[in-house]
Amino acid sequence: MKANDKLNAPHAKNGLAGFKVELWNYEGEQGALIPILQAAQDTYGYIPESAIDQIGEIVGLPAAEIYGVITFYSQFRLKPLGKYLVKICDGTACHVNGSERIAGVIEDELQASGNDTTEDGLFTLQKVACLGCCSLSPVIMINDETYGRLTPKKVQQLLKEYKTKAQNPQTA
Amino acid sequence: MKTIKVGLGTCGVSAGGEKVYAALKNEIAREKIPVKLLETGCMGNCYQEVLIEVSDEKGNDYMYGNVTPDKVKRILDEQIRQDKPIAEWIVKGLDAEMEDTFFAKQKRIVLRNCGIIDPNAIDEYVAHGGYQAIQKVLKEYTPEQVIEIVLKSGLRGRGGAGFLTGMKWRFCRQAAGDKKYIICNADEGDPGAFMDRSTLESDPHSVLEGMMICAYACGADEAYIYVRAEYPMAVRRLHHSIRKAEEKGFLGKNIFGSKMNLSIHIKEGAGAFVCGEETALIASIEGKRGMPRFRPPFPAQKGLWGKPTNINNVETYANIAWIITSGAEAFAAMGTENSKGTKVFALAGKIARGGLVEVPMGLTINEIIYDIGGGIRDNKKFKAVQMGGPSGGCIPASMGDLQIDYQQINKTGAIMGSGGMVVMDETTCMVEMAKFFLRFTQDESCGKCTFCRIGTKRMLEILERITDGKGQAGDIELLESLADKIRNNTICGLGQTAPNPVLTTLKYFRDEYETHIRDKKCPAHSCAPLLTFTILEDKCTGCTLCARVCPAAAISGEKKKVHKIDPAICIKCGKCFETCNFKAIIKD
Repeated sequence: MKANDKLNAPHAKNGLAGFKVELWNYEGEQGALIPILQAAQDTYGYIPESAIDQIGEIVGLPAAEIYGVITFYSQFRLKPLGKYLVKICDGTACHVNGSERIAGVIEDELQASGNDTTEDGLFTLQKVACLGCCSLSPVIMINDETYGRLTPKKVQQLLKEYKTKAQNPQTA
Repeated sequence: MKTIKVGLGTCGVSAGGEKVYAALKNEIAREKIPVKLLETGCMGNCYQEVLIEVSDEKGNDYMYGNVTPDKVKRILDEQIRQDKPIAEWIVKGLDAEMEDTFFAKQKRIVLRNCGIIDPNAIDEYVAHGGYQAIQKVLKEYTPEQVIEIVLKSGLRGRGGAGFLTGMKWRFCRQAAGDKKYIICNADEGDPGAFMDRSTLESDPHSVLEGMMICAYACGADEAYIYVRAEYPMAVRRLHHSIRKAEEKGFLGKNIFGSKMNLSIHIKEGAGAFVCGEETALIASIEGKRGMPRFRPPFPAQKGLWGKPTNINNVETYANIAWIITSGAEAFAAMGTENSKGTKVFALAGKIARGGLVEVPMGLTINEIIYDIGGGIRDNKKFKAVQMGGPSGGCIPASMGDLQIDYQQINKTGAIMGSGGMVVMDETTCMVEMAKFFLRFTQDESCGKCTFCRIGTKRMLEILERITDGKGQAGDIELLESLADKIRNNTICGLGQTAPNPVLTTLKYFRDEYETHIRDKKCPAHSCAPLLTFTILEDKCTGCTLCARVCPAAAISGEKKKVHKIDPAICIKCGKCFETCNFKAIIKD
């Protein structure tokens, strides 16, 4: 992960100034826009508006075109993320095994819907097409952890664990 | 020394494989048990995850299924120390007759190393015959001869459309120009498909070797793998494998002492289904919005950065090395007249034994569902199988004797697709299923062609209306007319095939649509707005549980007396139905 290594380098972590310097590494690389956007999102959790202009300078594209690319791909976000990103799989296998019910429980529990972030900034919901672990359906992912064979009860339990974890970081 | 292999593909890890691995590691270190702990990829029988395989000195292999960390101690004690297999936990290797038939009808070519080797160890791949095919090709064959072999094998592109792979390579070979590219399409976007993810996670080198052979045949010196960012483990293992191959001199300049140079780059997708279409994928690698363009010119003439480009998917490449080492004839000997070799399917949905299966072409649907998949979960009735994802269709149970090959599947209105097989039972509503797929394509439409952008939206609205109990006479005909227009007025595969899920369900389950529209009923009892919940007087114990969970306060009744649902207030959420411990609530 060339791009990410560079952006995660210690001197690149100090906000946009460091970020901009790092970007020069991509100058002249063909098709660099998407990897740069991915790297930006890896660093900040979303793509800050101010980053768009700076990225534009590097790749030589107007901000409008970059915005077009950002909004085309579902991976990119223009708003900050919650602490936990809950990806709710609604692939075919999960769907026939009741993913809508699971999504309903999560929305009820967190009082958020669609692709929202909860008011406390803890959870961001995201419905995704397929996480590729169909034999464990229904499946959700919370950050990088995958949870399968879910039932409404299991989901409630799981969310409770995450909420407690967030409140008592030292015990986590 | 004995070995223990832990299956650590995404499904193994999600089921808790890493915890089992850690428990084994701790216990082995603490008790100083003489056993070698290894990791491997997907073993295929995902329904029994977490899986571990124990091999002893005599060459016996025992596969344990549903392993949890608290089972680790006993396995180490009895199986490793005392050589006493624990019969009730073993799922494969003890007694062939007792085992289920999950593996019996399979033939593994693409998955030849999956669940056997450590995907992160290039030496293990080499020890299992890896990188022999590319060396043979470089020493013995001209590029034209390689293309001839692939043509003779009859291999068709495994991404979905099934174009002859050798032909594709020939077009790229014959295209004018010095600079050529090859691309591996690992943007496995079909919901319900995970063949390519498992292959990349479990045997990444087989894909790299296939790409190398293709690059030689086409005359390319640069290659890209376009992989979904949603597959972090596959991305990680690919990066690792490419680095290891470069260190060994298998990739880079003068590969195996030949004149061939090849570098392989990885591009992570950014979450757009349409990027599985080859021209959209190329646009995405170039850093643009992933929108398909009109063909011709085909990528073989004008592809990435305007240069001749060959694109195949993961499974296609994973077949190549086997074809070179075992011969085109051996590959062509399997399958049917027009579909050779094997196909990997991701078996999921309401199936008893879900997982990754590879079978020779020509097996029947029933053989896969019943003999391999063990039939339907919870003794329900097999209703239909969905093949080909959003571009495919639902094949009804009555056609279970259909042989799986490209032509036969196309005749049903579905397509072979990349290999997703989602099984449905009597509780799945086919109208709802069609709506599900249409919502997907509608969401993923890039918006370039009017009929795909707006036509799918209108179709979705009609389906929503039908499942909401507001269907009107003439809706079916309207769906058919829109489907026809979308199919004929769009430029890429996404649009042209988007109506397939609706058309196939209309073809085989038209009565379900009619019942929704005419009687305002859902025969599968799945569409909530069409349901009525009632409490059975003879079964209700008056426990008050349903009344307490009802969010609309539609249930009334005194303690220990029969409860009642007020249909005027009921919001049909089904919570009472799920919570009732006495099966006293029915939905109709």
